[in-house]
Amino acid sequence: MGDVFKALADPTRRAILDELSERNGQTLFELCSRLATKHQLGSSRQAISQHLDALEAAGLIESRREGRYKFHDLDTRPLERIADRWLEPGRWEER
Amino acid sequence: MKINLTSVLVDDQAKALEFYTGVLGFEKKSDIPLGEHRWLTMVSPEDPGGPELVLEPDAHPAAPPFKQALVADGIPFTSFAVTDVNSEFERLTGLGVRFTQEPTQMGPVKTAVLDDTCGNLIQIAAQEPRG
Repeated sequence: MGDVFKALADPTRRAILDELSERNGQTLFELCSRLATKHQLGSSRQAISQHLDALEAAGLIESRREGRYKFHDLDTRPLERIADRWLEPGRWEER
Repeated sequence: MKINLTSVLVDDQAKALEFYTGVLGFEKKSDIPLGEHRWLTMVSPEDPGGPELVLEPDAHPAAPPFKQALVADGIPFTSFAVTDVNSEFERLTGLGVRFTQEPTQMGPVKTAVLDDTCGNLIQIAAQEPRG
């Protein structure tokens, strides 16, 4: 769970989640283009790739190979566990 | 000095000719046998005297890994100008073309990215007023 809060603490990573919630299944190229043109985030491709690794480690995104391409999908399940913890505490189980 | 040639590295020139003319809609300009391969160039019917696109064999051993790495990250090898990205997207999708990025506004341009079936991703782009 700690990974999720750490992953969400970074504004670039939150912008990545914003863009994936607008369209799921993006390539690294599309994400970099969106961050540069819509969020004025001129991070290098390597930096974005590392942000994606952090988000994937937290379970917030999933990368999927489809043939020769690699796409990134949003996974909101860790966020539901956060909401459950405080909004529906009865359902919370420490894990 | 001016730019008259640009190239894409293709895995099969005959297949590339088919795709770049029959699907994308370019016209063949030169087709000269050159040993194992051909000097094969395309022009746009909208600008027949304009720059030529060379469909160049990706025979050098360094080319395929380079191309595969670009494709995996969704990076287009080059970009072509269109007047309307959405209508090209509809037209090409109808012809069975695979897009890795659907039409998206990226600042002052709208872009989409397609697979040329010869080992490359190609961007199509149009300058569009925002809003």
